[in-house]
Amino acid sequence: MKLESALGKARGLGSAKSGVHHWWMQRVTAIAMIGLSIWFVISLLTLPSLRQDDATRWLQEPHNTMLFLVMMVVMLYHSRLGLQVVIEDYIHNKAAKVTSLIALYFVNIAAMIIVAYSILSIGLG
Amino acid sequence: MSAAAKRPLSPHLQIYKPQLTSFTSISHRASGVFLSLGSLLLAVWLYALAFDSSLYITITDAVQSTVGWLALLAWSAAFYYHLLNGVRHLVWDAGYGFELKNAYRSGYAVLVGAAVLTAITWLYVCYGSVL
Repeated sequence: MKLESALGKARGLGSAKSGVHHWWMQRVTAIAMIGLSIWFVISLLTLPSLRQDDATRWLQEPHNTMLFLVMMVVMLYHSRLGLQVVIEDYIHNKAAKVTSLIALYFVNIAAMIIVAYSILSIGLG
Repeated sequence: MSAAAKRPLSPHLQIYKPQLTSFTSISHRASGVFLSLGSLLLAVWLYALAFDSSLYITITDAVQSTVGWLALLAWSAAFYYHLLNGVRHLVWDAGYGFELKNAYRSGYAVLVGAAVLTAITWLYVCYGSVL
C-alpha cells in the first residue's frame, strides 16, 4: 500500500518539495561553516593583537574582508535556521511562537546589515 | 478539562535515563543557541571596530576581565563542540555511523575532541605556543 493521496500521486511530487529547503540549507551552511570557522579561529589566534589598529589592518586585507563577510552572512543564516527550529519545538503558544519567529527574523536581518556595512566600511575605507 | 487534554501522554523527558546520545543531542542545540548569542556580540564588535572607538575599548576591557575570559572560554568550548558534533550529524545525514556502538564512539570522540581543541587553543593564547 502506498501512503500517497490521489492528488499527490497525480502530481507525482510526494510530500517533500519545498519542504526540504530549510533542512537542506542548514546542511549547506553547516558544510560551509566548517572551513570558514576554522579559517576564522586561526586568523584570530594569529593576529598580532586585538587592538583596533591591528584588527582593522587585518580586516582591510581584501581576502580577509571577503572571507569575513561571507562567514558572518553564512553564520547568521545558519544561526537563524537553527533558532527557528528551537522556537518551533519549544514555544507552544501560537501567538508567542509567531512573535518570536518574526523577532528572530528582524534581529537576524538587522545583524546581517550591521555586519555587512561595518565590514565593507573597513574593507573599502 | 476537555477530552483531548485527558488522553494519556507518552512518558516525558524526566522518565528516561540520561544517555550519552541524548546528552550530545540536546547539547548541540544548547551550544547552537549560545553561539548564536555570540554571533550577535561579534556583530557589535564589528560595528565598534568600524565606527566607535570608545565602544571598542569598552569591549576590549570587558573581554579582558575575569568574566570576559570565562565567557570566551565557554564560547570556544561551545564552538569546538558544535563544530565536531555538527560533522557527526553530517556523517549521520550521509547515512553512516548509526549503529549504537558507533553512535557512542563518535559521541565520546566529539566530547574528548572538543576538550582537547579548547585546551590547545587556550594554551596557545596563554603561552604563545601549545607546548
